Amino acid sequence: MVKEMKYRSVFDIIGPVMIGPSSSHTAGAARIGRAARHLFGREPKYANVHLYGSFAKTYKGHGTDVAIIGGLLDYDTYDERIRDALKTARKNGMKVRFYEEEAHTDHPNTARLKIGDDDGELELVGISIGGGKAEITELNGFELRLSGSHPAILLIHNDRYGAIASSTTILAKHEINIGRMEVSRKAQGEQALMVIEVDQNIDDSVLSELERADHIIQVAKISD
Amino acid sequence: MFRNIAELVELAESENIQISEVMIRQEMEVKELTRDQVYEHMEKNLEVMEKAIEDGLKGVKSHSGLTGGDAVLIQNYMKNHTPLSGNLLMDAVSKAVATNEVNAAMGTICATPTAGSAGCVPGTLFAVKNQLNPSRDQMVRYLFTSGAFGFVVANNASISGAAGGCQAEVGSAAGMAAAAIVEMAGGTPSQSAEAMAITLKNMLGLICDPVAGLVEVPCVKRNAMGASNAVVAADMALAGVTSRIPCDEVIDAMYKVGQRMPSAFRETAQGGLAATPTGRELEAKVYGISLKKE
Repeated sequence: MVKEMKYRSVFDIIGPVMIGPSSSHTAGAARIGRAARHLFGREPKYANVHLYGSFAKTYKGHGTDVAIIGGLLDYDTYDERIRDALKTARKNGMKVRFYEEEAHTDHPNTARLKIGDDDGELELVGISIGGGKAEITELNGFELRLSGSHPAILLIHNDRYGAIASSTTILAKHEINIGRMEVSRKAQGEQALMVIEVDQNIDDSVLSELERADHIIQVAKISD
Repeated sequence: MFRNIAELVELAESENIQISEVMIRQEMEVKELTRDQVYEHMEKNLEVMEKAIEDGLKGVKSHSGLTGGDAVLIQNYMKNHTPLSGNLLMDAVSKAVATNEVNAAMGTICATPTAGSAGCVPGTLFAVKNQLNPSRDQMVRYLFTSGAFGFVVANNASISGAAGGCQAEVGSAAGMAAAAIVEMAGGTPSQSAEAMAITLKNMLGLICDPVAGLVEVPCVKRNAMGASNAVVAADMALAGVTSRIPCDEVIDAMYKVGQRMPSAFRETAQGGLAATPTGRELEAKVYGISLKKE
């Protein structure tokens, strides 16, 4: 039984504290929505949500739709406002659509979110692996290969010289050790993605410092 | 970091500490937190569980109307009768049901390890409490012990009904509860592992077949039986009964059974009780339509 240690904390097992009824279909779904919200950096004006597998079959019963939108509104799993998330989103002028997909995916609880506004768009694929734990497997067409066992920072940046150096310099300054790092881009000079897995927890102050670094567009922390 | 139950038990027994202590120490190390921080987080979770049981015992109803009120029925029955299965067992059952009824009503609960299986651990805890009179510290430790066993299951198998069926959710939760009861009752770490093995062996193959895709039917009553299974297995382990198949191998068997389980039985509402005539009728009533695959 030598497998990857996906779960690292006892609070992945005893927790999260959450609004029912399903840790994978409600809490995990909220976390996928919230990850998208954080990566996008603001409340989107529209959200097209594609649901696969068990998500597609049972989302109404589990409140998966409500939870994902709750996440997009930046609600945590225990936030009682989740119950009224669809109403609140409508009131805020967010256009929301859900698609029940037939396609087979690697994981039974998969959601693809396309969110955006006049200034930008973000596409993200998340899976809910059980007990409220969620993983992001794809971002803006970039496949993410996160081990899930270490805290990770995602940086969307312009594909320019110095972008990598300025980010890693900041991490070094805060004595944060990089365990694994991956840089991918779609085409030269366009948007690129840096995935950095680190050994210790990262303060929000470090994240905002990274955000201000040269050529960095958006920063987000994945897993905890 | 312990990777399996054998290592967990070995760590506890070689250092002569409880399973809960192994879990607390590991959490402090991995998350770089102080003992107080780790402990306080778990104390808060315990408060959420206690509150959910209280709410459930007052009586709740889910939006669909499929579940709610059974915890109250059982408590009333206990006031007027001596339950054939014993007071402690029925108390555990009513409190497990209470938790899951609150969950189904979109109330606030603590996932243990999931929301659909959230009743087993607190249900047994707050029932066993009346007999063993534990300190608040022992009650918090109960959750760390459950967590340690669940941690191994989550990393080596699954705690998701969509991935492994109900055996992965209520099966895991019941096993976790059994292990924690043993520790609270003064059993050894090995006996905790035996209790988990005995419980999970009897949950193997249990499918996830929620009617209308709701975490209500049969989930609430599955937690009732998960809690009973846990109490009985804990008693057996405390009596010295051991599992012929070691706990780690039972967990591995559960994982493999889950992998071979057809998707109709993994939280898709396409098989089992969800696909019975009454299940379909309830589904149609809830949605005004049917989720049945054409």
